[in-house]
Amino acid sequence: MSTVSVSESYAELKSAAEEKYNALQDTPVIMVGTASCGKAAGADKVKEAFEEEIRAKGLDARVVEVGCMGHCYAEPLAVVSKPGFPGLCYANLDEGFVKRLVDDFLINDDPCYEYAMVALEPNEVFPTFSDFPRGVYEHKIVLEHCGFIDPGDIDQYIVEGGYEALSRALEMTPEEVMEEINESGLRGRGGAGFPAAEKWEVAREAPGDVKYIIANGDEGDPGAFMDRGILESNPHLVLEGLIISAYAIGAQEAYFYIRAEYPQAVERTREAIRQAKEKGLVGPSILGSDYDLDVKIFQGSGAFICGESSALVKSMEGHMGMPEQRPPRLSISGYRGKPTVVNNVKTLGYVPHILRKGAEWFRGIGNPDSPGTVVFALVGKVNNTGLVEVPMGTTLRQLIYDVGEGIPGDKQFKAVQIGGPSGGCLPESALDIPIDFDSLREAGAMMGSGGLVVLDEDDCMVSVAHFFLDFTQKESCGKCTFCRLGTKHMLDILERITRGEEEDLKVLDHLQELAEDVRAGSLCNLGRTAPNPILTTLRYFRDEYEAHITERCCPARMCPDLITFYIEPPKCSKLCSVCVGSCPTEAIYTREDGLKAIDQEKCVKCNNCYLTCPPEYLAVVKLSPPELLEEKEGKSS
Amino acid sequence: MPVELLEGERETILSEVENTLQDKEKTRENLIPILQQVQKKLGYLPGLAMEKIGEALGIPAVDVFGLATFYDQFRLNPPGEHEIKVCMGTACYMTGGRIALDSFKRKLEINEGETTSDRKYSLERVACVGCCTMAPVVVVDERIEGHVTATRVDGLMLELQGEAGKEDHAEEEREEEQEGEEREEIQEEGEQEQ
Ligand SMILES: Cc1cc2nc3c(=O)[nH]c(=O)nc-3n(C[C@H](O)[C@H](O)[C@H](O)COP(=O)(O)O)c2cc1C
Ligand code: FES
Repeated sequence: MSTVSVSESYAELKSAAEEKYNALQDTPVIMVGTASCGKAAGADKVKEAFEEEIRAKGLDARVVEVGCMGHCYAEPLAVVSKPGFPGLCYANLDEGFVKRLVDDFLINDDPCYEYAMVALEPNEVFPTFSDFPRGVYEHKIVLEHCGFIDPGDIDQYIVEGGYEALSRALEMTPEEVMEEINESGLRGRGGAGFPAAEKWEVAREAPGDVKYIIANGDEGDPGAFMDRGILESNPHLVLEGLIISAYAIGAQEAYFYIRAEYPQAVERTREAIRQAKEKGLVGPSILGSDYDLDVKIFQGSGAFICGESSALVKSMEGHMGMPEQRPPRLSISGYRGKPTVVNNVKTLGYVPHILRKGAEWFRGIGNPDSPGTVVFALVGKVNNTGLVEVPMGTTLRQLIYDVGEGIPGDKQFKAVQIGGPSGGCLPESALDIPIDFDSLREAGAMMGSGGLVVLDEDDCMVSVAHFFLDFTQKESCGKCTFCRLGTKHMLDILERITRGEEEDLKVLDHLQELAEDVRAGSLCNLGRTAPNPILTTLRYFRDEYEAHITERCCPARMCPDLITFYIEPPKCSKLCSVCVGSCPTEAIYTREDGLKAIDQEKCVKCNNCYLTCPPEYLAVVKLSPPELLEEKEGKSS
Repeated sequence: MPVELLEGERETILSEVENTLQDKEKTRENLIPILQQVQKKLGYLPGLAMEKIGEALGIPAVDVFGLATFYDQFRLNPPGEHEIKVCMGTACYMTGGRIALDSFKRKLEINEGETTSDRKYSLERVACVGCCTMAPVVVVDERIEGHVTATRVDGLMLELQGEAGKEDHAEEEREEEQEGEEREEIQEEGEQEQ
């Protein structure tokens, strides 16, 4: 061992990083959010525009790319920090606005308050996040620095206290680290909520010197992007958690399992590992201790089942990702037959915070049985979409109405889909249950992956169930019969219901039985949870199924086979032909009397005319069952 | 429907496979990384490449093929010059992703997972691309398009065809494009008023 202690090595790293940032203190900095959500909204152009303007005006200011701060609905976003002013965040930026900010704020000291969204630090002139309802409910731990630090610069992470937890951990014994995590009550955030320390302990105790730990960033839920968001926005947090956990279980090799389809997450993680190696935080004798660890990335090839830990390990070994019968547990015999711990990216993200602030602190947040916070990708029919983090125990209602600021338009809330393909749909009456592992399971849903989709009156619940089952059926690895055939059979039934081809209500009992059988008989949790979307919709929205079957009616007017588009003659303005132009198949024509009508043979039900008919007419309607058309036409002609 | 190899393609495939294999240990664990790298170079995994990789690693070709079909990332058809990916993640599905997908199918006369016979366009469905706020989302080449309606699909296709046929049918395309733009404008007005 070297003569310098771990904490001294860390202090050196920290003061070097601080020195670098102190030197930059007097330079204004513009942070542009360029995670996937920002890029989609045009963040690259905004960043270039800032750079261009700053160069053109000969200013001294830095433009940095940061990750996602969670307010995806307001992208492209940028934070402008100019000495003498609070850091200010501006939303929905475009090139014109960028010019104005550079001229008015950077050159002339006018921060354009009327256009700012929020200030980062408390000040006398402008509200901060905590002055908004969302800020009151949100409690950011793993998302704390996301969107506010440069994911490509390890020094900024260190300035913010990064890797201090690692330095502390290395001065503790692995057992003490494990005990701290055990006391914190940290439960896995990959879906099942398994206590993290319990799994570590088994792996630590398992015989043999070679052990592995894997950060699971597969994130296969088709409607979620939290893990990707965290890796894109603050990869060092997860890396630090991974190193600490590896130390606790005694692993010499650690892996990130990230989908190849998320190139930005892969890239930013790879860069983080490279920088950590450079600083002696990864590799031989970390921070001068006698602990060595190598960290690598394995790029997943996009199969939902590979998020399941035993299938994940199979795929790393070069095979099809199929789950294994247990026991033996992975923590006894996993990757290459050695004891292996698989933890979700978020689970690992809590670890450095717990070591820094203590188990006591963590237990003080959330519920006694589910301590800490929970991260959701909040999407669908809700005003403030994005990444949110709230304490466990927050109710769904608070999450949707306070954090998400409710449903857009005058639409009626219908359901919230929580937990992705393994989760369920909960109705209005369940909105007051607290969000934690156990309460959600009781209601028939699941924490699952953390996708949270809000649905309104225009969403058909049978179609939602069909969507998720279609997904799990395609993703079923085919190893066990219940899952392979059961999901197919259920999907066929749902398909026929959405087409109006089922006429007997008995089919619903059959569906229920099948769902229960698949749940009981499947080998892994993909199959065991696949029926959840069906079971919950049958439980809470049975009337919608019944309407499809007995009346051939889709109450939400979503299922294409059960609706017809119709233009109400009394409402149609003869002078307007917006709908004619909007129709991609030229199905809309002008009648002799000047009114518009739809040729049903040509109509592909693309919804365009419905969307484009001006609000003063709203002449296009959707009829369900489609047979209503004859009645209507009979009346009007 | 396997696509015919173009002239010289066979040689390219063989040399890329060889290059990739050169600096890799020939173990089963490296199979997926090798396939990923070859696909990155060639844009897809031709049957020939899978045979050669199997040979080199001592894995039967059917196993390599089975693995490639198991994972979504691997494509067995060459990508089109323009790759169109329609997001069918939860948020996009609920807001009309299916309509966008159907519109592309209608326009291109191919199914998802296929490439047009002139190799100009390929169509795929993908799950959540991480910008559900803009649902329904379509990714054309690297560009992300939000709020895609059937009319926008027409507009996008016209733009792409406009690019492709710039030299020979510059005139014709411009007219069509204008028409497309007018339509869009009308539609956008409608949407704004709503
Ligand atoms: C079908 C299926 C998909 C899964 N997908 C993921 C995933 O994408 N990410 C993840 O962390 N865990 C996923 N899991 C859970 C993992 O099997 C495992 O429980 C988890 O990675 C353990 O980490 P944790 O203890 O930190 O939660 C999935 C499980 C199943 C059955
Ligand atoms: S569901 Fe399409 S971007 Fe998320």
